[in-house]
Amino acid sequence: MKNQSHENKRSPRKRIVNFLVHVLLAVLALIWVMPIVWIVLTSFRAEPGAYTNTFLPKSYTLNNYVKLLTDRNVLNFPRMFKNTLIIAICSCLISTSFVLSVSYSLSRMRFRMRKPYMNMAMILGLFPGFMTMIAQYFILKAMGLTEGSSIRFGLIIVYSACTGLGFQISKGFFDTIPKAVDEAAVIDGATRWQIFTKITMPLSKPIIIYTVMTSFIAPWVDFIFAKVLCRANADQYTVAIGLWNMLQKEYIYQWYTCFAAGAVLISVPIAILFLYLQRFYVEGMSGAVKG
Amino acid sequence: MNEDRISVKNALIKGDFLTKLSAVIMGAGIAGHRQIVKGAVILLLEIAFFGFMISTGAHNLSMMPTLGTEAQGKVWNEAKQIYEYSAGDNSQQILLAGVITCFVIAGFIALWVLQLRHSYKLQKMIEKGEKVPSLGKDVKNLFDSNLHITLMTLPCVGILIFNIVPLVYMITMAFTTYSKEGEHLVLFDWDGLHQFQRVLNMNGNIGRQFWHVLAWTVVWAIFSTFLNYILGMMLAMVINRKDTKWKGFWRFCFVLSIAVPQFVSLMIMNIMLQPSGAVNVLLRNLGLISEPIPFWTNAMVARITIIVINLWVGIPYTMIQVTGILQNIPEDLYEAAKMDGAGPATIFFKITLPYMLFVTMPYLIASFVGNINNFNVIYLLSGGGPTYVGDTAGQTDLLVTWLYKLTIDQQYYNLGAVIGIMTFVILTVITLTTYRNSSSYKNEEAFM
Repeated sequence: MKNQSHENKRSPRKRIVNFLVHVLLAVLALIWVMPIVWIVLTSFRAEPGAYTNTFLPKSYTLNNYVKLLTDRNVLNFPRMFKNTLIIAICSCLISTSFVLSVSYSLSRMRFRMRKPYMNMAMILGLFPGFMTMIAQYFILKAMGLTEGSSIRFGLIIVYSACTGLGFQISKGFFDTIPKAVDEAAVIDGATRWQIFTKITMPLSKPIIIYTVMTSFIAPWVDFIFAKVLCRANADQYTVAIGLWNMLQKEYIYQWYTCFAAGAVLISVPIAILFLYLQRFYVEGMSGAVKG
Repeated sequence: MNEDRISVKNALIKGDFLTKLSAVIMGAGIAGHRQIVKGAVILLLEIAFFGFMISTGAHNLSMMPTLGTEAQGKVWNEAKQIYEYSAGDNSQQILLAGVITCFVIAGFIALWVLQLRHSYKLQKMIEKGEKVPSLGKDVKNLFDSNLHITLMTLPCVGILIFNIVPLVYMITMAFTTYSKEGEHLVLFDWDGLHQFQRVLNMNGNIGRQFWHVLAWTVVWAIFSTFLNYILGMMLAMVINRKDTKWKGFWRFCFVLSIAVPQFVSLMIMNIMLQPSGAVNVLLRNLGLISEPIPFWTNAMVARITIIVINLWVGIPYTMIQVTGILQNIPEDLYEAAKMDGAGPATIFFKITLPYMLFVTMPYLIASFVGNINNFNVIYLLSGGGPTYVGDTAGQTDLLVTWLYKLTIDQQYYNLGAVIGIMTFVILTVITLTTYRNSSSYKNEEAFM
């Protein structure tokens, strides 16, 4: 009997459970998607101001996007975009090479400082990031990187200098490449450098893409380091500070719908990158987690 | 065997004249043992070090005990009708210079040890009649057996300068009077453990706030970590069910919320939950409430709101991370449980949960640490508020957001540093005890 009801999918109880599960999922999905839909609608809203009397906009317009991309007087979004793009490209190049170098060494080489390095990385990760932030600011100031256009270099350094500590996911990936590949190459007389560049790298496209993308995204979504470093230097602002500023008291009425437009513009490429990267992320995690 | 070890002690006792000489003239031993270029470079480094010490280093160190004594002077210049400022000592710069000098000295000592050992090693190679590697061979090795040195030097320098030095610098601040309180922003002095006493003393104003914030931080971390974990896992299981249709679509809906940058979605949430924000408007239009819900102004409501919104942020993360692992649970475990008549709840708590806890322990610890240091969620949602008059910490402030407020807003640098150290101590105790016992740490190389 038991076996039969297990096999018979059309039993009434099963159908009710199934129905309820799908209703639950639909409600949950609605909750998760609603804020995103709301911000997209708001970005096309014609009425200004942060707060309106209706949940959905009454009329729609494209002006918010036009204003965001053309108004260069108050909050110069195009310039912020340019600043962020430059910083993102430079820090992405440095971070990627750092992360891949460190994680390859830790995965494939055996040296005395290997375990100490990994323990050190774990210990440093336990300090709150903001604890170093203020001291980093003082150090950059001593190096003269906190004024005018040199803030850009300061930000690039801040975003990329310590990335050697974030090796876990890519090390997990390198660990899964069979060592036999390396050993065969050694027998053929290849040096470690040749193995790294000619064998391991071509096999590691997913993790390279993952590292490039994550380090490229970082400057677009960090506002706190950028805020501390840029202070009042409005011409050095990045996109994240700009968006943050649009929600401050003095701007929010005029700029709220533009903020929504900016949020959509920034989120769409990042969301596409993320959806594309998702599987690498999951692979990296389950690789690193494997018992 | 032990007596032949290449150590500093052996080098000084059993080394030949050149090796012993390199205790004073660094690089002499290496150059004398046929590695001239390397020896010359080391000698240059030694000269540079002493040049640095004589020109500024010694001065930097001598200022450390007092951190400067001369206050900025202000003299009225009658002729020019202006105040003239004489540059006083800037304790913050003195402290930074002192810390950096200490690191330079430590680096020099490390170099001294390394070159001495290397010289002794070369000496023994020559004694045994082995060929001393030439410079070309050394460079070649940097791309072969010593590749890790080539690859890791720059990242390590970056970490040293922009993580370790700032960290040590910040830690030293905890033992000073560097704070806006009492006008110690330019000139400050050592203060011993005084600030630690203030923070830990439950009767003082700062101490009361500290214990309060700490309690909420722990409650927050436990709730957000475990609720996210359990609920995310349940969501993944519901989607993974054999009879659930459109699996890809459901996953896409949830993943979409992580794809949007976190600071954007959190700022949106903040605006939506304002007294006249979209959620209150919606509820009022539906006739469910007459007064707006005080999402951010009532301490208890704000806390619950934050935990709930963090579920919105965190559940999809857990979902995508556990989906693959869930599918790895051996099917026969479930079959056996069903045969024995176990219900879904029993199966979850007796099979799924223990298995998942075993495999994802490191992830769970990492997310606990991440939640204790979760700056974005608190700062962007409630800003730590509501804050009572006279307090620096709001009712929803975590240790990290309080640390941020104390340093950036209030400029109580010493207190901020103490809070940072306390956070670190708490996290260390929690993680080291759990992490070191987890199977993935012990068996790191098991599957290689």
